[in-house]
Amino acid sequence: MPAIELEHVGKDFVVRRAAGRFRRRTDVVHAVSDLSFSVEPGSLVGYIGPNGAGKSTTVKMLTGILVPSRGRISVAGLVPTRQRTKLAGRIGVMFGQRVQLWWDLPLIESFELLRHIYRIPSQIYERNLSAFRQLLDLDKFLWTPVRQLSLGQRIRGELTAAMLHDPEILFLDEPTIGLDVVARQRVRELLLSANRERGMTVLLTSHDLTDIERLCSRILIIDRGRLIFDGDVDTLKARYGKERVLVVDLEEPGPALQLDGARVIRVEGPRQWIAFDGERLSAAQLTAAAAAQAPLRDLTVQEPEIEDVVRRIYQERL
Amino acid sequence: MLASLRTDLEIARRGYLRYAAYPAATAAGAFTNIIFGLMRGSVLLALFAERERIGAYDAAATIAYVWLTQGLLNVVALWGWQELALRVRTGDIATDLIRPIHPMRTALATDYGRAAYQLIFRGIPPVAVGVLAFHAVLPADPLVWLAFVASLGLAVAVSFGFRLLYNLAAFWTTDTRGTMILALVVMSVFSGFVIPIQFFPPWLAAIANATPFPAMVQTPVDIFVGVTRGPAILVALAGQLGWAAGMLLKSYWVFALGTRRLVVQGG
Repeated sequence: MPAIELEHVGKDFVVRRAAGRFRRRTDVVHAVSDLSFSVEPGSLVGYIGPNGAGKSTTVKMLTGILVPSRGRISVAGLVPTRQRTKLAGRIGVMFGQRVQLWWDLPLIESFELLRHIYRIPSQIYERNLSAFRQLLDLDKFLWTPVRQLSLGQRIRGELTAAMLHDPEILFLDEPTIGLDVVARQRVRELLLSANRERGMTVLLTSHDLTDIERLCSRILIIDRGRLIFDGDVDTLKARYGKERVLVVDLEEPGPALQLDGARVIRVEGPRQWIAFDGERLSAAQLTAAAAAQAPLRDLTVQEPEIEDVVRRIYQERL
Repeated sequence: MLASLRTDLEIARRGYLRYAAYPAATAAGAFTNIIFGLMRGSVLLALFAERERIGAYDAAATIAYVWLTQGLLNVVALWGWQELALRVRTGDIATDLIRPIHPMRTALATDYGRAAYQLIFRGIPPVAVGVLAFHAVLPADPLVWLAFVASLGLAVAVSFGFRLLYNLAAFWTTDTRGTMILALVVMSVFSGFVIPIQFFPPWLAAIANATPFPAMVQTPVDIFVGVTRGPAILVALAGQLGWAAGMLLKSYWVFALGTRRLVVQGG
């Protein structure tokens, strides 16, 4: 049985706005139009898309907070909106932009309270808490009221709160927002170990594509409420990132080189960036063609970065 | 069952601690309650220059009434509470819905923690001033104390149910300040906080007694000052229990309706 399953799921929002002095117009916004996918237990899936693509709406439907307008959803074998409370004990949820911790109380009090709310056996609670304290470096602010925490500290607290009860499925909406490089790396390690050692299924949305590339064996890209890509990072790059870039340093600054099957996308003094389709032309062929036009001093080949690939997808609406 | 009760107690403890985090606000509030107690006391006592009793209230009962209501003001949160409305407005309600217990249960347990804190730190100071400076009389019978505590517990539940209702309006209107202000005016008059319901003309008292509001203030106060006594106490408690159950059921129902149409904005 898949951990998460969606069949032709859609969510519409009705938006009323003023149209003239007395009239109001009612618009229907399709936040999610027609979404179908399933996630096997134990996978780590990245769920990405441009702003307003419908990511958070999907996560809210999967956790039972929003009722889908159509389609069928099953999470851990349950129907989220109808069995929300039952489901809540088996999943962990973290919304990067929301505060789930008790604002006026020291961080540790939130953990203690969650322990009782989720009825976490004390053995598991102690084990998890000490692991998180060490891994996320919580000790310095464990007794500080949540309202006084920095964003990075709070996010680490939120993440702990979402995982203390050993959820089967973890939904993370922007889990590394506001974290520095070190903390980010630690969070990634934490998620990887939870996934590998405990088989926790993780669905993660992030605008930090390095997170996605390092963590996720599978990427789902959603745009305008539709799934536009489903596969791993290599497939993504192969499909959308065929364009490689040759960077050449000429002996003398000169006009943009004229090359068959490639185009110069940027010129900066003697340095030129030449984009080419890696499937039709090899870097060696292109280098030879460039060297024939002007003497070269140095060169490097840039492979497509996931950032560039995804930017292209978002911008060009592929 | 026991584990379940433990959860509620733990939640209530955090409700208490949240208020305990702001001792300066508590001190300022208690001071204000005392100042207003002085004002209300002198105004209401002036009535007894003309006559000996109004309904079952004499001057002594009225003194106790004034200081006790000043003390209970915050316990039953008469001046408003919009935590849940704000959570609906900001969308933080979403995080309450992903917990394995009903958000209303969390809110009720938290509210009892809040009430306990307010009883100790906002309730006792005005009553102490009343006793020490104005010879307000405390009940002598331990059974009356017991009945008063039970009545107060029910009063918090009735008040919570009502507060939840005007907070839940946020599911439909997003901004609930207007609703809340209206609710507060009605609540403070008909609960018997401003003046005892016994001072109302009979027709107005009849209207007040048909609402849940007296169960929030007047009922426990009448037990405390000795206006309600003997078997009538049991009747009063039963009435409060009925209101508490009714208000909680109604707010539970409205909560379910609201959740169904919930649209969490953004994030």
